[in-house]
Parts: sequence; structure tokens; C-alpha cells
Amino acid sequence: MNKLIHTLIFSCSLFLLATYSSTGFGQEIAVYSARKEHLIKPVFDLYSKKTGVKIKYITDKAPVLLQRIKAEGEKTPADLVITVDAGNLWHAANQGVLQPVSSDVLTANIPSYLRDPENKWFGLSLRARTIVYSTERVRPDELSTYEDLAAAKWKKRLVLRTSKKVYNQSLVGMLIKEHGKKATAEIVKGWVNNLAAPPFSSDTKVMEAIIAGQGDVGVVNTYYFGRLVKKDPAIPIALFWPNQSSGGVHVNVSGAGVVNASENKAAAIAFLEWLSTAKAQQVFADLNMEYPVNPDVPVNPTVASWGTFKQNKINLKNAGENQAAAIMLMDRIGYK
Amino acid sequence: MIRTVASLRSIAFVLALGIIIPILLIFASFLQSEPKIWQHIVDTLLVDLLKNTLKLCIGVLAGTFVLGVGAAWLTAVCDFPGRKFFNWALILPLAVPTYVLAFVFIGLLDFSGPVQALLRANIVSSLKWFPNIRSPGGVIVVMSLALYPYVYLLTRNAFKTQGKRVLEVSQALGRSRAKAFFKAALPMARPWIASGLMLVLMETLADFGAVSIFNYDTFTTGIYKAWFGFFSLSAAGQLSSVLLIFVFVVIIVEQQMRTKIQFNQVGKMTTGESRIRLNGWGKWIAFGFLSAILLIAFFIPCLQLLIWFVRSISAELDSRYIGLLFRSILFSSIAAAVIVGLGLFLAYIQRQYSDFTSKWIIRLATMGYALPGTVLAVGVVIMLSFADRQIIWLIKETSGIQLYSILNGTIVAVIFAYTVRFLTAGFNSINSSMLRITRSQDEASTLLGITGLNQLRKIHIPILKNGLFTAAMLVFVDVMKEMPITLMTRPFGWDTLAVKIFELTSEGEWQRAALPSITLVLAGLVPLILLNRQSERTTL
Repeated sequence: MNKLIHTLIFSCSLFLLATYSSTGFGQEIAVYSARKEHLIKPVFDLYSKKTGVKIKYITDKAPVLLQRIKAEGEKTPADLVITVDAGNLWHAANQGVLQPVSSDVLTANIPSYLRDPENKWFGLSLRARTIVYSTERVRPDELSTYEDLAAAKWKKRLVLRTSKKVYNQSLVGMLIKEHGKKATAEIVKGWVNNLAAPPFSSDTKVMEAIIAGQGDVGVVNTYYFGRLVKKDPAIPIALFWPNQSSGGVHVNVSGAGVVNASENKAAAIAFLEWLSTAKAQQVFADLNMEYPVNPDVPVNPTVASWGTFKQNKINLKNAGENQAAAIMLMDRIGYK
Repeated sequence: MIRTVASLRSIAFVLALGIIIPILLIFASFLQSEPKIWQHIVDTLLVDLLKNTLKLCIGVLAGTFVLGVGAAWLTAVCDFPGRKFFNWALILPLAVPTYVLAFVFIGLLDFSGPVQALLRANIVSSLKWFPNIRSPGGVIVVMSLALYPYVYLLTRNAFKTQGKRVLEVSQALGRSRAKAFFKAALPMARPWIASGLMLVLMETLADFGAVSIFNYDTFTTGIYKAWFGFFSLSAAGQLSSVLLIFVFVVIIVEQQMRTKIQFNQVGKMTTGESRIRLNGWGKWIAFGFLSAILLIAFFIPCLQLLIWFVRSISAELDSRYIGLLFRSILFSSIAAAVIVGLGLFLAYIQRQYSDFTSKWIIRLATMGYALPGTVLAVGVVIMLSFADRQIIWLIKETSGIQLYSILNGTIVAVIFAYTVRFLTAGFNSINSSMLRITRSQDEASTLLGITGLNQLRKIHIPILKNGLFTAAMLVFVDVMKEMPITLMTRPFGWDTLAVKIFELTSEGEWQRAALPSITLVLAGLVPLILLNRQSERTTL
């Protein structure tokens, strides 16, 4: 028993020593990332190789990371926060976790609707949330808009992901911005009435349900579609770009902001700027079959083969601002 | 001597208070009122959330009771073909995390899964009759299968040690076998069954992973909605406090009902020869029942994971897995050692002092199990960050050295958070074994001059060996499976298998998550097999 305790104490202190000795030598940036390791690490590695700056990171859900930064307060090790949606970035800015960054590189490389008007966060890759349909049971000319999915002809044919996912909260938030709460409530009510199955826990499940014939149309982020097609090119589903003659396809961003309490502000900004340049943009977007935010960077050929589309260019901060309203609206209607 | 014991008590209090602080911090959320969010929750969600949670708890408690107590009775007291195998194999499902079982079952049985696809393609075109796995019934079945081993493990120990003797006495008093089981054996095993069910109840209430895969809204999903959706940690904390108070009341009611009865060990343990032989239909029903549990809760899910694993092997498998595995095991072993040590200490203190303060402090310190991990982790990070600031300030003032972090973001924080969460699991198994050491055993050793810590070391620990081992293994496997606390408190670069599973499943990559899942299950099996060996040895 004593021996065990000694070994334990010894290994713990060894570990602590290792932790402390690793801080403070050489330049290092700490990233709290809601973008998962396999979709971000290659980008970090590329930067480290190029500049010698080390990047350490932890991944978790965005709200948890924000809370961790807030709880850690002034002493937080975090320099940069990366999320996979604009809503969480907006909340981070709103809660004072992020600081404004004035950088000509960032403003030149990133279109204004994909970054915070106060420059506290910046979109780094663009993700389109669009309609997916069964090529066996739906003709593309039957489809038109997100709003149309509420129409009676889709009764028992629509499949959706849960309203607890922030992507759907952003989509509904943007609809609220466009149509107001009352009209949006009617649309969401229509969706819920048309559901062929209770909401699913992931976009992949939504598409699998369409492939299996449980439903005919759904709403998903394009890269999930890309992953399924990559595994099996023969699956009988396709993407449709809605709202082309009105507001445009709902887009969201995976983006980043510099932490208020960062002790490494300059290094963090340099990294953020690099992320908006051509090479980084390419890798960042391609890792997950997304679209680069930098308009000068070409879209990956696979992604480009899904076609071009008109985007909804209302500033993404509206997704964050309307998130709470969107959730309340969906709760009231019973969109689980 | 009395003095050292008294100071031991103060040490216990300090330690327990340390554990209680993060829990109390959650109650501090009431300082900030969130009328708008509460209004919304009460108006639109609360009734459904409560109904769903109640349904889930009752269902899972009933399910784990039937599976756990049934299996324990059969393997501990009866004799039928395959008993020895079932005896150890029935613990195996403990190694499968609830969320893994959930995604495997949905993958298999949902409309788009292979089972329904196969039926549709080959047998019938319409499967309207096929039960929907994504339903309250589905969640209850999956969670019961994942959690019954807690009840099984603890109850089996009870039956093994009282076993047939009780039955013989009751039968000698003219009762039928069934009556003897319900009137004598079952009530006598009550502390263990209750401990097991309590763990199940707390797991069920705190679960977020499995219910969100089912998209089944419970009180805990409500807590996360307040936080992740409305960004109100105070509302989330307030809801968590309500959950805590509920669990607290259940614990107290259970303990009050139990204190009226004293449980002491009676005589020797059951041996192979004195088992009840099941004959004819009986033995095959027992065999079928236990095979079904094992097949559904363990072998089929593992097979499915293996199939997915083979399909995604090229995408996932690389050298990082050694690190992930190593860190999972390291976290689990350290946590098991710390928690068993502390659990034993507190159980001892509770035995020595049954006074009001000790009882309540220990009760509070063993509440963490019922809290959703992430909420608890926030309490831990707040507390440790505060402590850090003070320590860093002190070091700077005294020595001029500027440090950034002492506790927060280190392995100390992780282990501390695990301790807050899992002390219950360790303490409960140790304490229920402690209850069986008779007062007269203590008195006899006191007369022989063995008192205080010596008594703990020389008398209690040898008797408790089995309970301690059970506690260590339970905690080990629990920590292995733990996800939210590890995510929030881990240091940079300290990813574990559970973290990997989170990363992949949250991207909807179920198949790729098979590799970390199967590794996690295999790593969890090792201690379980050890546990079985240990308990076999003590029985025979």
C-alpha cells in the first residue's frame, strides 16, 4: 500500500513537472477548439512546420470551452477559440470572451457577412445547410425553398435533425431575421407536421433515412453528404440549392476569435491571419469538404461538382442574436 | 488514541468539504435569477421533461432490478448448465458505455439499419409492426442493459454470502421456495440491491450521451438546453440543483427506511455443493434468460462494433491509439486508487461516528454521481481556478516566481473532478460491505487492544477486501467510460479513448467511432475479469 502511494506521488509530481516545464519555452499558441481534432490538426501541423510556432489544443463543445475560459478568468491559457458555427462565436463575443482584432489581412480575405461587424470573430470555412432529396422519389423541380418544405405535399416525407443542434437553431434564427417570428413559426409548424419520423440525432442519420426510404427530403450540411457519397457514390440522394430566387442558401461558418485574456495576442493574430490565406484556406476547407471563405481560393473539385449556388448574405451575427428566440419558437411548436 | 481518531475525523471533514464545494457552487447559481428562461421552461418544456424523466427512471430501475437481481440469484444460489460461465460473463456489459450501446442499437434497429433493411428486402415489404427503437421503450431497454451490472455485481455478493442458508432456514420454517426468496433472501439483500439501484438511478438521471443519441428529452437534456442553447449557466445550475435535491431526498428516504434494520453477516458463504439444483424446464429457462441478456447487452453490440471497425480500419487506426489507451488507463487507475482510499476512509469515519455532522457531510460528499458531468466540471474549474489565483499570488509574493496554473488544466484537476463525481460509486460498495462487519467484531478487537487506524488496517480491510476490490473496479470502469468531465478538465494533449469517441460521434461518424469504442470495451474488460477472479477466489 505504501509502495503504491509512493509510486503514485512520484508519477504525479513527474507529470506536473513535465506540464510546467513545457510552458514558457519557445513560442506557443493555445487553442480551444470545437472543431474536432481530425478536422483541424493537419492545419495546426502545417503552421508549426512553416513557422516553428507550436500549437497546443483541446477540443470540446463550444459552450463548454467558453465556460472553461470564463471560469479560468485572467489566467486562462487559451489564446484562440475555434467553433463550428457562428452562433457560438457570437455568444463568445457577447459574453466578453473575445477581443476585437483590427487586421487588414483578415478584412481583405474574409467577406464582411462572414465576420463580426466588431471584428471579434472571423469565419474561416463556409458550410452550406441545404436540401437533400431522394433521386428515386423526388424530382428536383418539385423543390424550391426551405419555406416550401412546410407545404402539404411533403406530408410524411420530410426528415430533420433535432432542433437541439445549433445548425438548425441558426437556420431558424436566420428565417426569423428574414420573415419575423410569426411567419417563421408557421414554417416550422409546417415542417413538424410533415415529419416522416421523429427528428434524428445527426445529419448522417437524416440521409440514411432518406436512402432507406423512411423519408424523401431533408435538410443537411453539404459535407455530411460529401462523406456519404465518398463512401458509396451510388447512393440515391442528391443536393438541391433552395431559395435561389429569394434570399439564397443558408450558410454558416466554422470560425475563430482571439481570447480577451490571451497573453499571446500577437502570435494568435498572426496565426488567424495565416488561416485566412490561400494555402491554409485550402487545407482547412478540404479536410471537411467545406467551402473556403476567401473568395480567391478555389473550391475543391469534389465539392465544386455539387454545383454553384447563391448564398444568403445576411450577416451571420443574426444567427447568434436570434438563437434564443429560435429555440423558444421550436420548443413551443414541438420540434424536438 | 482517542485524540488521533478525533483528528482523523477533522481530516475526513476537510477532505469531504473539498468534495462538496464544487457541488455547492452549483447551488450558488441561484444568486442570479433567470426569469425569462424559467418562464419558457415551465411554460413549454417542464411537464414533458418531468414525465419523460420519471418514465425513464421507473423503467430503468425496474429493468435493472429484474435483470440484475434475477441474474444474481441464479448465478449465486442456483445450479444449472453454464452457471460458472454466466457468473463472470454477466459483468462484461459493464465495460460497454451507455452511449456506445445506444448508438449501436440505433444503428442496428432503426428504419435504415441492417435488420429492418434485411426484413424489408427478403420477407415483408411493410414493417409497420416493427417496434421503433427511437422511443421511450427503446431508451429504457438500452439503458437497463447497460446499467444492470451495477445491481448484479452488488447483489451477487449479498446472495453469495447469505445464500442458501437463509433459504434453508425459511424453508425449514415451512415456507415455499418462492416465498422464501421473496420474504427472506430478497429483504436481506436489501442494502446491496438498494446501493446498486441507487447507482443506476443516479447514472440514469445524469446521463446525457445516451438520451441525446435517442433524442429523448429528459431533465438533463433540459439542463444542457439552458446552457448550450440559452447560454445561461445559472439556469443550468438551478435545474441541476433541483435534480440534486430530488436525489438527496431519495437517498435519505432510502436510508431512513433501512436504518431500522441491522444487517450482519450470517455464517459462512455458499459453497458449490449446497446450491439449489434447477431441473427440467427450470434450468433451460435460466440458461435462456441469461444467454439472452449476455447476447443482447454484450456480444451483439461487440460484433457490430467489430464489423464497423473492420470497415473503417484504414481511416482510424494509427499510433495515436497507444497514447489514447495509455491515458485512459492512467486516469482510471489513479482515480480508482484515490477514490477507494477516500471512500474507505469516509466509510470508516462514518462507522466510528454516527453523529449528525459526520453523517450529513458524508451524504453531501457522495452526491456527485447524480450530477451531469459537465455541470459538475464547471464547479470544479471555478473552484480550482480560484485556488490557483490565490496560490499563484502567494508564490509570487513570497518568491517572485510568476506561475500560470497550478491545479487547473493539470491531471490534478481531472482526478479531483472524477473524485467528486465517482466517490459515490466507491463509497457505496465499500460502505455496504462495512455494514456487515458486526459491532461485536469491533468490540472484540478493541478488547485485544487493536483500536483506531490499526483496527481499520488489521480487522476491517481484510474483511472488506472484496468490497474494496469491487469499488476499485467499478470506479476504474466508470472513469474509463466517462466523457464530459474528461473533455472539460483534461490538460492539453491529454485525449483519452472516450474523448476520441466524442469527437467522432459528434460528427456523426458512428462507424469510425467503433475503433475507440471497441478499444475502450477491451480495456474495461481487463479489470472486470480480475474482479471475477477475485470474487471466485473468495467464494470457493
